[in-house]
Amino acid sequence: MQWRNSRRKFVNYFMFSLTGLCALVAVGFLFFILGYLVWNGGSSLSWAFLTHLPTPVGEPGGGMANAIVGSGKLLLLASAFGIPIGFLGGVYLAEFGGRSFPFVVRYTADLLNGVPSILIGIFAYAIVVLPMKHFSALAGGLALGVMMIPIAVRSTEEALRTVPLMLREGALALGASKWKTIATVVVPAARKGIVTGIILDIARVAGETAPLLFTALNNQFWSPGWNQPIASLPVMVYTYAISPYDDWHRQAWAGGLVLLTLVLVANIVVRLSVSGRSAR
Amino acid sequence: MANNPGPTGRAAPNRRAPALIQGLRSGDTFAHLVTLLCAASVLLLTVALVYELYINSTTAQHKFGLGFLTGRTWDPVSGEFGALPFVYGTLVTSALALLVAVPLGVGAAIFLSELAPPRISNALTFVIELLAAVPSVIYGLLGIFITAPFLRQYGEPFLKRTLGFLPLFQGPMYGVGMLTAGFVLAIMVVPFVISLSREVLMAVPVEQREGALGLGATKWESTWQVVVPYARLGILASIFLALARALGETMAVTMVIGNDPKISSSLFAPGYSIAAVIANEFAEATADLHLQALIELGLVLFALTIVINGLARIVIISTTQKGSSQ
Amino acid sequence: MKKLSNPAIIIVSAALVLTSLVAFHSSASNAAPVPTPEIVMLTGAGATFPYPIYSKWFSDYNKIHSDIQINYQSIGSGAGIRQLLSGTVDFGASDAPMNDEQLGQAKTKILHFPTVLGAVVPTYNITGFSQELKFSSGLLADIYLGKITKWNDPEIMKYNEGVNLPAQDIVVVHRSDGSGTSYVWTDFLSKVSPEWAGKVGKNTSVNWPVGLGGKGNEGVAGLVKQTPGAIGYVELIYAVQNKLPYGRVRNAAGVFVRASLDSVTAAGAGVAASMPEDFRVSITNAPGETAYPICSFTYLLIPTKIEDANKKQIIKNFLLWMLNDGQKDAEPLTYAPLPKQVVTKELKQILQIE
Repeated sequence: MQWRNSRRKFVNYFMFSLTGLCALVAVGFLFFILGYLVWNGGSSLSWAFLTHLPTPVGEPGGGMANAIVGSGKLLLLASAFGIPIGFLGGVYLAEFGGRSFPFVVRYTADLLNGVPSILIGIFAYAIVVLPMKHFSALAGGLALGVMMIPIAVRSTEEALRTVPLMLREGALALGASKWKTIATVVVPAARKGIVTGIILDIARVAGETAPLLFTALNNQFWSPGWNQPIASLPVMVYTYAISPYDDWHRQAWAGGLVLLTLVLVANIVVRLSVSGRSAR
Repeated sequence: MANNPGPTGRAAPNRRAPALIQGLRSGDTFAHLVTLLCAASVLLLTVALVYELYINSTTAQHKFGLGFLTGRTWDPVSGEFGALPFVYGTLVTSALALLVAVPLGVGAAIFLSELAPPRISNALTFVIELLAAVPSVIYGLLGIFITAPFLRQYGEPFLKRTLGFLPLFQGPMYGVGMLTAGFVLAIMVVPFVISLSREVLMAVPVEQREGALGLGATKWESTWQVVVPYARLGILASIFLALARALGETMAVTMVIGNDPKISSSLFAPGYSIAAVIANEFAEATADLHLQALIELGLVLFALTIVINGLARIVIISTTQKGSSQ
Repeated sequence: MKKLSNPAIIIVSAALVLTSLVAFHSSASNAAPVPTPEIVMLTGAGATFPYPIYSKWFSDYNKIHSDIQINYQSIGSGAGIRQLLSGTVDFGASDAPMNDEQLGQAKTKILHFPTVLGAVVPTYNITGFSQELKFSSGLLADIYLGKITKWNDPEIMKYNEGVNLPAQDIVVVHRSDGSGTSYVWTDFLSKVSPEWAGKVGKNTSVNWPVGLGGKGNEGVAGLVKQTPGAIGYVELIYAVQNKLPYGRVRNAAGVFVRASLDSVTAAGAGVAASMPEDFRVSITNAPGETAYPICSFTYLLIPTKIEDANKKQIIKNFLLWMLNDGQKDAEPLTYAPLPKQVVTKELKQILQIE
């Protein structure tokens, strides 16, 4: 009995140590990624990198200024397209929906969310690039926007669902119409969750490369307007990473660092601001 | 919805009755309609996506039929296209990713939910969830310059020495290949497993744990034999989520898988995944049949995604019916 | 906690607003340092083979004409042809001339404009060995067929006596995307190896018997550089710029020739006089003692009917510039300039663009 107990105690201690190790390894991955990027990319990060355009192969001094701004433009377009639709769709699911239709929408949203982004790229190529006869920022932005919609729908719905029923009923009891209730009571009550969801949505889509490969293509120069191919950080990092040039590799690290920093900062800020609320 | 009479059916005190109620009602109807359309857009987009994939691959479908799925040759010169090498590569790398990520992830989740003090648990989970936000191209970047060389120099020789009797670990070691791709994918999906598993583990009622402990179980026995089984459906769902993510991953995979449409028994060998071949060959397929075959591959990938999602739903529904957890 | 949320949201929103302001500013004013007249942008895509010189040309041309931006993306010859046929780019580029079927798919007639001559070299990364190897053509075919798998194979030693090669696995690297360079390579292998011709054939995209796939000349060079034991085929400049050793190849006359300005020029010289009207020609395995056997012209693919008059004029001007001034950039980048007779014929062809 004594032996069995000690054995059980040992197993207890051992298994939990193992799980602790697992957690440590998982956490370690992130710090390793971050550390390596800072180490390798930090040294190549310079004012020139942030403000210059790419130079021809072999010429030093190139930068990714157009890619950084390009990513910003694409995200702007994606948000303008994806957020309103996603937000309003989420409102429908949380406030108006019945039984079967919202179920179908939810299921499809999760499905669309899980669709590999390369297929979205094909889709955007077929319906925007080919008819327009142009690779363009518009096509890239739309592809990213399509990816944003299902996430925005679900996160908006979940944020709205956390608003207590009492608030709604109170407003309705005071004679407000349904849409007014939603607009002036429910949504403001859920605004933190909604904004959180939107920012995370943008951050998620900011790093996508595959849908941009045959929609926005890439560009050596600045890309005015919405009709031209446009450079973006992820595509530039990819192009430089698989090349053989050391200078381009350095720039790939720097670009990766910039991208990762932007994405992580958005995530950290948003999550910290919500951390007071939910008991995670 | 539209004919919802409101909680009391009476107009508010300081409003004139009929005209304004009409106006309010139509505002509601309008809002209902607009939001409905937006929600429906999700359906519309998905249908359009499937339609585009289907309609742009019909020639290939007619030519190859179901044999497309079993064809092993991908030859643009002779116009012979088969999906099997890509399906194989996709499934093998994803399976490998799960093999590594699930034990690691569930283990970490157990630690975070059962053992770690709440503040540490929250902090560590926060950090781990950041992993999910790291863009795929950065995983690829690290894969090329760190993971692949590391595996080629240390990891693969080690596996060859210890497990080399298995055909899985034989053959030349390139660094890039299915093993590296699977490993990179594992790191990418581990945060999903951890995050969701931890949530469901923490949602297990405290009475379950206390009951087990009250019967004299050690904490581990309580965890492993009571808590985890109680939460198993959520954990399973997290595994499906991770699988779905791994199946569709493009950039990181194409940067480290070796891009060779062959079916090898060795994990050291290069392979190809559906998403990777589309990324590489889509912009350039000049022969119509080539392009259509690629799109048909996209359709196959889409179908795979649906199946996995569907399985996840079935798991959740069937276990709910058994009434063991929510 | 509540106090934390508002500043945080404000900061992130401000960042978004700032980015959008910058984006609009750049889109409104082209973000060029000098206020400029209307900037015309052209998009071209295709071959990675000439990318080092094309990127220099288009950059230099933009320095001369700051209102003209020619955005060239090196996505592979196959993609260049495809996107040209789909009409999504203004011009294409390819080392492989378009075949009749592809030309038939085009809405207007497509003109081939050779720009430079280049060499495809076998480059390798053998641990502890960086000298020059000699390859017979059959040897290259056998390696790429997967029949020779180790660097110290007697077949390789046969042509490289006295050389100490390790018993290292050969890692074959080829292109994963549709490539004109692949076309040149497989064209050569098909000419010298009946087995290759029967089994694999020549095309921009083939069913490679063995090997890893890299994207673009850049990707192949990158893979070779990082994989011990690798062998790959790349345009000469990629091996030179990345300090990768490359081998000699035996030509039709039986001489082991090293790719260089002279040997490439020699390969092109023979065909200059008899160049077909549409410039579509293969110069692999060219006759001549000093000719390098794996060479190719690389082409800009220009449609004859260009709707935008502005763009049309720009393309014509660029071609003129390229044929006259641009040619002197070839040699420093290890490409061979076009033979004079070819230049003359091309100048005439420019007139066909309406």
